[in-house]
Amino acid sequence: MKYGILVNEGPYTHQASDSALAFTKAALEKGHEIFRVFFYHDGVNNGTSLAIPPQDDRHIPNQWSELAKEHNIDLVLCVAAAQRRGLLDESEAKRNSKAASNMIEGFRISGLGQLIEAGIQGDRMVVFGD
Amino acid sequence: MEDGDQVIKKFMYMNRKAPYGTIYAWESLEVVLIAAAFDQDISLVFADDGVYQLMKDQNTEEVGMKNFSKTYSALGDYDIKKIYIEQESLEERGLSLEDLQDLKYEDEDDDWAEKDSIILVSRAELAKVIDEQDVVFSF
Repeated sequence: MKYGILVNEGPYTHQASDSALAFTKAALEKGHEIFRVFFYHDGVNNGTSLAIPPQDDRHIPNQWSELAKEHNIDLVLCVAAAQRRGLLDESEAKRNSKAASNMIEGFRISGLGQLIEAGIQGDRMVVFGD
Repeated sequence: MEDGDQVIKKFMYMNRKAPYGTIYAWESLEVVLIAAAFDQDISLVFADDGVYQLMKDQNTEEVGMKNFSKTYSALGDYDIKKIYIEQESLEERGLSLEDLQDLKYEDEDDDWAEKDSIILVSRAELAKVIDEQDVVFSF
């Protein structure tokens, strides 16, 4: 089955990103396809390269990044939500004259149309949030 | 579901939170406005505290947030014609349809007659409508 995933909450404050990660891994292990994981609202904070969680805790942004590398899955941050919350890739940072970018490898920034497309193309859309 | 080459799915956008305490309502509306361009079969639901999103005469001056409530009245122009309101959610909050904006669309198949977009449904009826959907986004 082909899944679209929507993550609506940031890491740590809410369990949504942990659950989404677990679901995505389980689906891949069972041989399903992940069409796209789309990050919206505070969910865009899953894509930060600047998180430093305590060493005895899980590193959620790194886990996404490694998952993307390992399985070549499409992780997309909503551009409007990311700009509001200060999540920028290099070209966004340059375009908006900001001093730095802070998006971790494996993610990309794009528009809300990518979420709707995932709904159209996927067999199932699973939403993680409160 | 198939209309020629174009896949048309039933998309539902479920709004369950009050308009200004969090950003969910405003960012959900942004999704809906983008989604309207994709020619899918769209329904909106307002349930739980989400019914407050459609209250008449909102004024956000004191809280310093953008009052986006007027945007809902433009949904008809985006060809969004099905807006479900859960009756129990209104009743539990001491509200009725009178307290909400009157949302309309123009029916192109009926000489552009103005029609109501709002469909008042019971919790049990809403469950059936949700069951008919292909994709349900909950915000």
